Amino acid sequence: MSEPIVQIRNLTLALPRGADRPYAVEGLNLDLMPGRILCVVGESGSGKSMSAYALTGLLPRSLKAAGGEIRFEGRDLLRLDERAWRSLRGRRIAMIFQEPMTALNPVMRIGDQIAEMFEAHDLLTPRERRARAVALAGEVGLPDPEQIVRAYPHQLSGGQRQRAMIAMALALEPAVLVADEPTTALDVTTQAQILKLIRDIQQRRNMAVLFITHDFGVVADIADHVAVLQRGRLVESGSAEAVLRHPQHAYTKALLAAVPSLTPPKREPITEAPIALSVMNLAKTYATRSGLLGKPRVVAAVKEVSFDLRRAETLGIVGESGSGKSTTARLAIRLIEPDHGTVRLGSLDFTALGPTALRDERRRIQMIFQDPFASLNPRRTVEQIIAGGPIAHGTPARQARARARELLDLVGLPQTAAERYPNAFSGGQRQRIGIARALAMEPDVLVADEAVSALDVSVQAQVLALLEDLKARLGIAMLFITHDLRVAATICDRIAVMHRGEIVEMNRTEALFRAPEHPYTRNLLAAVPGAMFAESA
Amino acid sequence: MTIRPASPLAQAPASAPAETVLPPARSPAAIALRRGLSHGGFLIGAGIVGFIVLVALAAPLIAPHDPYAQDVSRRLIPPVWHAKGSVEHLLGTDKLGRDYLSRLIYGSQISLLIGLSAALISGAIGTTLGVLAGYYGGRVDAVVSYVVTTRLAMPVVLVALAMASLVGGSLKVVVLVLGFLLWDRFAVVTRAATRQVRSQDFVAAAKASGFGPVRILAQEILPNILNALIVVATLEMAHAILLEAALSFLGLGVQPPLPSWGLMIAEGKQYMLFQPWVITIPGVALLMLVLGINLLGDGVRDITAPEGRH
Repeated sequence: MSEPIVQIRNLTLALPRGADRPYAVEGLNLDLMPGRILCVVGESGSGKSMSAYALTGLLPRSLKAAGGEIRFEGRDLLRLDERAWRSLRGRRIAMIFQEPMTALNPVMRIGDQIAEMFEAHDLLTPRERRARAVALAGEVGLPDPEQIVRAYPHQLSGGQRQRAMIAMALALEPAVLVADEPTTALDVTTQAQILKLIRDIQQRRNMAVLFITHDFGVVADIADHVAVLQRGRLVESGSAEAVLRHPQHAYTKALLAAVPSLTPPKREPITEAPIALSVMNLAKTYATRSGLLGKPRVVAAVKEVSFDLRRAETLGIVGESGSGKSTTARLAIRLIEPDHGTVRLGSLDFTALGPTALRDERRRIQMIFQDPFASLNPRRTVEQIIAGGPIAHGTPARQARARARELLDLVGLPQTAAERYPNAFSGGQRQRIGIARALAMEPDVLVADEAVSALDVSVQAQVLALLEDLKARLGIAMLFITHDLRVAATICDRIAVMHRGEIVEMNRTEALFRAPEHPYTRNLLAAVPGAMFAESA
Repeated sequence: MTIRPASPLAQAPASAPAETVLPPARSPAAIALRRGLSHGGFLIGAGIVGFIVLVALAAPLIAPHDPYAQDVSRRLIPPVWHAKGSVEHLLGTDKLGRDYLSRLIYGSQISLLIGLSAALISGAIGTTLGVLAGYYGGRVDAVVSYVVTTRLAMPVVLVALAMASLVGGSLKVVVLVLGFLLWDRFAVVTRAATRQVRSQDFVAAAKASGFGPVRILAQEILPNILNALIVVATLEMAHAILLEAALSFLGLGVQPPLPSWGLMIAEGKQYMLFQPWVITIPGVALLMLVLGINLLGDGVRDITAPEGRH
């Protein structure tokens, strides 16, 4: 086997004083092989991104390399000055980022941004640069390269933007490509395409790739070697096959066990229970007007959506971004008003209520939000947050506060949490507080909008188990919105697949995974990363 | 549907998080205070403003003389560091023989009173308009924005001068005129801040809990725009204090014999070539107060800017 092209030896990065630990990364050893992909996996805060930044010389100012070395082509990268870095970056080591919209310059044409790579390194003539930009656009699979190089970033889709980023990274034929969560912001079908593209190009050009990700499905699809980081330390590394199939370290085992399986557990169909939520022909269109006199552009976000949800049942709504699944959730709880259609809670016509009656009946349908940081008022204590709703509905304050403490118990938080402010809690803990707030209203229906999408897998597994447990115990009906089919398989009794505002298929989870009928559902299932890894799990 | 009480649920098997160790309880305000104690500008500003506030409050106790007592035989005595100065009048006397230090001390009351009350009045007007516009948007926003634009089209000093000369200058008139003129920045800033907070999920959660608009504004929105509000309030205080000095200097603000700093500068201007201290002393006092307030406001903004997450 060939020599490693990059050798990271004993790398230690010091965090600023006052952080939760002294080192972001401690004693890290990694080898990057030409023509191979090394995946660095870890949960948030594990230091995986920081090791990528160290390799590209883009460490934030507050972080200092406290020891070790990164050997690349006979030099120690940690000792390079800014001038040396500038000639190295892009030309020998290139990077692609998570969010292609913010990583691209919004006011520059795509082709110019690719050509700029040559310009920055004083290579080629303007005419040659343009020709190369077009060729690269073609290589990364952008449609109609001649035309698309004249487009601005906002005119491209998310996947196309990421392709453009990759074209920029490839422009100078670097020996090493560093990819920091490059597919995390993309839909699954797009993610599958981008992963395949990275794989193809890396093999064609014999590049070494350092691929940062939190998703074991992605690892299973793309990695040759895997390194697992936990709180800045390397706990396990080896070939993808070895680490995924025969993990040695307890942490790796725990992480792998927390990845939801694509094989749904057996669930009894729920047909007897009374219907808790009934949605009929719900529709919502948005009209955006460009300028004062511009023609309004009408987008149908949700088209004639209907479904029933029974007590103690979980209905998943899955779909890609823009499919209308979140709009459906917000329509169901009347955070936005539908154009037409009805929402019934039991026998109550929820859509027909006037403002005052609506305020009274809102408690019957509650929501758990996606972002655990934006969904809790930072200025109120946990107790005020949980007890606020019942107090607004006339529950005596003392009783509501006692209830808040019981609910903290119920969601697995200590009662002492009541006096804290949200800033004292981690993402998973905040999500538990959000669940307690929803439960405080004693709702019949719980709407979870991507409620576990912002969480690490191990925390995600805990929150999912909590929701499952609460549903069974309290007989709540749950509408579970997610883009993640693994999560949906774990928790849903039935799944509705949404595509462009319509439900294209709705079936029991097991049946849907076993025999998807609609072609879009089949595409979606085929695109889930790490399908082979699911079989072994 | 009812939920059974805590006892059997407390041992819920599904809820066994490994992450139940909590850091010590600290409110966002306490965290901001801790950060403030290591912020140089904030400390200097708070020191200056705190000192002047103390002086104003204790004026009757610390002023060596009656600020209104005239003594024509002791006119224009220079300050004590001057060769002709006397220890009896540490900062000298003015053209009517009144003790300059005592007038300076009582003058601080007027500056602070004007700054505070003008900021309160304009803050009440501007915040109400801004929060309503930001929260409701649409037509309300259009109306408020129109009113704000109209207000911005009026030259503040000119209108204040016209009002004061129409009604006649007095402390009350100055406070009211400034209060009703300086609310524009409050409205603009709170409108933007409210729009930002309104789009957060916790406001949606409050709505989904059946909170009425009053409760949402008071509990969810206002506490979260307070930082921006404090910063604007300090800026407007400084602004009002300077405007009062300008109006008084032009003879249309606070009327003699009240010891306003602006008035002291006006009264001293005919002597400034030969007795420059008659205008530098109140001038420096004014400069220090405005500087202190601005440092304080800047400090508050720095301390509270990265709000929320950690």
